[in-house]
Amino acid sequence: MINLLILPIVIPLITAVILMFFAKKVTIQRWISAISMTGTFITSLILLHKIDQNGIQTLNLGNWPAPFGITLVSDMLSALLVATGSFIALCCILFSFGTIGRAREKFYYYSIVQFLMVGVNGAFTTGDIFNMFVFFEVMLMSSYVLMVIGGTKIQLRESIKYLLVNVTSSALFVIAVAYLYSMVGSLNMAHISERIAEAGQPGIMTVVAVLFLIVFGLKGGIFPLFFWLPGSYYAPPAPIIALFGALLTKVGVYSILRTYTLFFYHDQGFTHELLIILSLITIVLGSIAAIAYKDIKKIIIYNIVVAIGIITYGIGTMNADSLSGSVFYLIHDMIIKAALFMIAGVIVAITGTGSYQKFSGLIRHYPLLGWIFFLSILALAGIPPLSGFIGKILIARGGFAEGDIVGALVILFSSLFVLYSLMRVFINSFWGDPKGSKVNSNIGVSKLLIPISVLMIASISYGVFSEHVNMYITQAVDVLINPSLYIEAVLNK
Amino acid sequence: MEILMSIVIGLLFASAVYLMLSKSLLRIIIGTGLLSHGAHLMLLTLAGLKRGTVPLLGENAQAYTDPIPQALILTAIVISFGVTAFFLVVAYRAYQELGTDNIDEMRGTETDD
Repeated sequence: MINLLILPIVIPLITAVILMFFAKKVTIQRWISAISMTGTFITSLILLHKIDQNGIQTLNLGNWPAPFGITLVSDMLSALLVATGSFIALCCILFSFGTIGRAREKFYYYSIVQFLMVGVNGAFTTGDIFNMFVFFEVMLMSSYVLMVIGGTKIQLRESIKYLLVNVTSSALFVIAVAYLYSMVGSLNMAHISERIAEAGQPGIMTVVAVLFLIVFGLKGGIFPLFFWLPGSYYAPPAPIIALFGALLTKVGVYSILRTYTLFFYHDQGFTHELLIILSLITIVLGSIAAIAYKDIKKIIIYNIVVAIGIITYGIGTMNADSLSGSVFYLIHDMIIKAALFMIAGVIVAITGTGSYQKFSGLIRHYPLLGWIFFLSILALAGIPPLSGFIGKILIARGGFAEGDIVGALVILFSSLFVLYSLMRVFINSFWGDPKGSKVNSNIGVSKLLIPISVLMIASISYGVFSEHVNMYITQAVDVLINPSLYIEAVLNK
Repeated sequence: MEILMSIVIGLLFASAVYLMLSKSLLRIIIGTGLLSHGAHLMLLTLAGLKRGTVPLLGENAQAYTDPIPQALILTAIVISFGVTAFFLVVAYRAYQELGTDNIDEMRGTETDD
């Protein structure tokens, strides 16, 4: 079936439209959105299997041949990310049932989540740079609404900042596309790559490369451009930040990965060196901020920043080891950040505060939550049997192989700070005097733990079966290292 | 012609940046409007302002202008229109709820909710 790769975009789109008709019937909305997201996840797995069997899948929309129409391209990397994204969205939807509240559910919440997934899956799958801009806007527009839905004061305040930053970066994206179009005269990503290779990336193209880095860095949150992230991600309720933290910044990182391996790989001395320097500063600043705060949500938000830095460092180093490390770490980080934000949401719901010094001894009342939290911290820091280990070790190895000892050491030491920043929360809030906490019977914690445990099981098996996952990652990295594979698949050579 | 357009677009960007750095929320939104005008004009200019007739096949002309940037601009216009409408409504709601139009007063400490 040739249309398989468009299904992860079309299924959420149709669902979103259908859900609008049942705005007031919350139960029907829940069922429809959970079932359709399961469907999206299953189709993305089928797509993954098909790419594993038959190589890169392309679809020319409307039968226009490749450089002239819009082409959707699903290589192993984008299929893996679509599958992970749909899986996380499914868990977030299940988590929303108990946490988001009726008022928001009646106000098109599930519909907007589905639109968000249209944008995310589309941005991962598209093979056209302007179409990517459009999918970015679909994603951002839904995220604006999700950020402000409910209309509390902090949400209104923060969404104004979030809107302003993203409107600016979207204008920059249009300008970057305009520059690129004026030089190569094409919008198809494979065709652009071919034309840039013919011209050998002159100086002006490097300027465009940096402009793209600014645009995607604003979406993804790398060093000088992550100023908006801590405030904005603090405002919305837990299931929404879980979605944001897992998906939105990672789309920016994916775009950097795609453009820097497909378009701008000719002048690595400048562009990739710049990316490495920015990533290292990102990691250092993120680590400092993660230990500076006493609020659990803030700590996890700054851990996003650290992880973004680690992934982009792997992209900048640009050898087989570091790239596969980046892909490993990207998928791991999506899963674990969703789980951590959900856990933080449950803790805040139980105790009524995010500051970990105000309560203690939670393990007495909530043992399962405590141990899941403990495991997720270990996975985040990268303790060997768990999921964060393999990616980080590959990135560090790639750094050492390029002779960048400082960079690789920064990556390794950042683990220590990440571990310390969250273990401190665990020790202070779960251990200690059980008088500091009481059972909050208003919240069905056991129900909320289901999606969290599903995510943690996925994360643990991702670490334990990393040999098996490695088959897929290798295929993804092959395309990143040899852009000719991508170009041949799209332009049918 | 392109040089003249570039200068004008540069002026648009300069005023957009100036407005977006001011304190009043409405001036910021006007700035985003100017910014998107600049971006759209830039898309048109960079694709080339060579002479040719409108891209309608009925004209039966020797040369046409490039139709692609026009389609891109049309897309970008409706997107920025939607976003601006949403931004204006959020600004209105924020004015009602927070009682201020000054972006400096929208600073929040971590604890208030």
